[in-house]
Amino acid sequence: MGARWWICGVSSGRNLRSLAARLHPAVVLGLGKLLSTASSTPQVCVVGSGPAGFYTAQHLLKHHKQVQVDIYEKLPVPFGLVRFGVAPDHPEVKNVINSFTQTAHSDRCAFYGNITVGKDVTVEELQQAYHAVVLSYGAEDNRMLGISGEHLPGVYSARAFVGWYNGLPENQNLEPDLSSETAVILGQGNVALDVARILLTPPDLLRKTDITAHSLEAIAHSKVKRVWLVGRRGPLQVAFTIKELREMINLPGTKPLLRPGDFEGLRDVIKDVPRPRKRLTELMIKSALEKPYEREAARWVSATREWGLKFLRSPTEILPGVNGKQAVGIRLAVNRLEGSGESAVAVPTGEFENVECGLILSSIGYKSLPIAPSLPFDAKQGIIPNSMGRVHNVPGLYCSGWVKRGPTGVIITTMNDSFDTAQSVLDDLSSGVLDTSICKPGFPSLKEMLQHRGVHSVSFSDWEKINAAETAKGSEVGKPREKILDLQLMLQLARQ
Amino acid sequence: MAVSTAGVVRLLSACRTLTTCGPSLPAALRPGRGWRACWALGVGPSCHVPSRSVSSDDKVTVHFINRDGDRLTAEGKVGESLLDVVVNKNLDIDGFGACEGTLACSTCHLIFEDHVFEQLDPATDEEMDMLDLAYGLTETSRLGCQICLTKKMADMTVRVPEAVADARQTYDMGKNA
Ligand SMILES: Cc1cc2nc3c(=O)[nH]c(=O)nc-3n(C[C@H](O)[C@H](O)[C@H](O)COP(=O)(O)OP(=O)(O)OC[C@H]3O[C@@H](n4cnc5c(N)ncnc54)[C@H](O)[C@@H]3O)c2cc1C
Ligand SMILES: NC(=O)c1ccc[n+]([C@@H]2O[C@H](COP(=O)([O-])OP(=O)(O)OC[C@H]3O[C@@H](n4cnc5c(N)ncnc54)[C@H](OP(=O)(O)O)[C@@H]3O)[C@@H](O)[C@H]2O)c1
Repeated sequence: MGARWWICGVSSGRNLRSLAARLHPAVVLGLGKLLSTASSTPQVCVVGSGPAGFYTAQHLLKHHKQVQVDIYEKLPVPFGLVRFGVAPDHPEVKNVINSFTQTAHSDRCAFYGNITVGKDVTVEELQQAYHAVVLSYGAEDNRMLGISGEHLPGVYSARAFVGWYNGLPENQNLEPDLSSETAVILGQGNVALDVARILLTPPDLLRKTDITAHSLEAIAHSKVKRVWLVGRRGPLQVAFTIKELREMINLPGTKPLLRPGDFEGLRDVIKDVPRPRKRLTELMIKSALEKPYEREAARWVSATREWGLKFLRSPTEILPGVNGKQAVGIRLAVNRLEGSGESAVAVPTGEFENVECGLILSSIGYKSLPIAPSLPFDAKQGIIPNSMGRVHNVPGLYCSGWVKRGPTGVIITTMNDSFDTAQSVLDDLSSGVLDTSICKPGFPSLKEMLQHRGVHSVSFSDWEKINAAETAKGSEVGKPREKILDLQLMLQLARQ
Repeated sequence: MAVSTAGVVRLLSACRTLTTCGPSLPAALRPGRGWRACWALGVGPSCHVPSRSVSSDDKVTVHFINRDGDRLTAEGKVGESLLDVVVNKNLDIDGFGACEGTLACSTCHLIFEDHVFEQLDPATDEEMDMLDLAYGLTETSRLGCQICLTKKMADMTVRVPEAVADARQTYDMGKNA
């Protein structure tokens, strides 16, 4: 490695870096020493460019006038689950990308895509280069059912299925088998509803979204007519929210299958529950027990596809076909509830129900993984142990988003907890816990090493080239974008 | 009015070709979006901004009590939504209007004075659904993107709730606890 020099500044790191590029190294070294006697530009590194990463950066930049924030991202493209999770037919949710783009355009913020922290660069190396490192890398795995047959063809995690229709490179070869009439989705959260809706929405409506072309084709040829969403607890414990349920109830070409018996008597029970749970339950009761309005009734009569909720059922076994190579059904244990309300517990009654189905999607939650064996990680809860975002026992290390809280909560929940973490960093900067009298060089000190390791980072303006190519390709067919699925192609576009 | 998924998709794709209608936004919220147009098409409230040149009669002064207790005062045109006012006047309210007025979040939640609240048009189911998820919900809560300024609102004061949290959090948190 050649001579290493970089500079710490009291003003914008980037300005001084560009000045440094024009000066003789000896002058720069002198200047660096001079400036490092005063407190230097605080250098903060954020790992992950989903909502947590961007909202953490946004808060830091807004409330500190010197801080430099560098965002490292594993993929060549930013925005995490806003790009790869949020359903294609929910474009309005993706409006947050506009404010993330503004943050990325700040001259005190830089995006370094195509760098996997933990593999291309270690957290320790980042800590040497930055005053503070914030881990915002989300939840990249999913919980497992832990039942026999889970690995049979025909069984997929909702995470992989979502990645497939949303263009996540690692899931492009999933080829889910959509040849059976009945699909079972395990879990009753919003991800389960997303997946059910994508399976049942008339393809002509999906055509106008940014769903990937090849998944749209597969869905257009899907034989799936009936989708069961199976919950281990009862109607009062569903995890999805009312807006998403209403959307499902109003889905063109479909009708809901709600068993009246599941909802009878619930009206009295919900009198005193908080408003969100109450309105949500009322909507289910209304759809299950009341005579539908004319328009709704007409839609139900002409519906070609249907979906329903099954309660008090826990999966116990995936049933293989005669050749043993394909799922053809699922065995469910019948439960009863012990306790009531949000904390009610499902207890098996000893009875079982078999459901015939060739497609099984497990939507029982995402899961975060540790990215470095030396860092604290709570494997049981799947989070990095922290207080207000400060990682326990590792000074200068912080976390935000799903890896801090666990894989629940919408973008706005993630925004709030990211603001909290950023505030902890700001407090530690002003109290001196983060010592900025020590010069930290930030990205320039890692650049050479990364090149040496064969890692080529993608900048935000490189991403904008990929973005332009995607939107251009999409507009040819009336879609907001056609996502590029191949990492090599993304990198090629970035280099143009 | 019920806005189905399909409806929203259709509206949004229609919006893309209609980006010119409605007053222009600060660049901050504009890139490639036509959401003003979307409102005109029915995703947002049926606000009507008079098209003739705006005289001082068409302006209304409103006050916001921010999260930290600070009072912000701004002038808006009759027919503009309260989200418009916050955006156009660059009022510094953290996280306000994340979904840009498309009824996909509850970050523009505002609390109204009783006498003003009583005169507002009733909320749609869709607004109620998002309000359900707003943190610090009160009897006089509404979403700012759905409330259009009228002369009767002159000098009213609305309050920003303490935290912008979305109640899916309360659910999720409750479950984890
Ligand atoms: C299917 C699905 C649909 C959803 N739909 C909605 C919705 O409609 N509305 C809503 O409000 N919320 C929705 N959510 C919730 C929302 O997506 C989350 O609250 C939010 O994305 C969590 O943000 P995060 O930044 O913690 O994680 P993520 O968004 O997952 O971001 C993490 C980022 O870190 C990167 N990364 C991972 N490992 C590394 C590494 N080693 N080095 C560098 N980078 C790394 C990842 O590539 C990713 O870009 C949805 C969630 C899912 C799963
Ligand atoms: N449109 C949107 O706003 C949107 C869309 C997608 C996702 N999101 C958000 O993203 C977050 C993650 O969503 P999610 O659906 O993955 O998670 P979730 O909301 O936590 O739902 C998980 C579901 O799986 C069930 N489950 C968990 N473990 C199980 C097991 N071992 N056996 C059987 N069932 C099990 C849960 O039931 P129990 O309650 O019994 O544990 C629950 O019904 C949520 O906060 C969600 O709101 C939002």
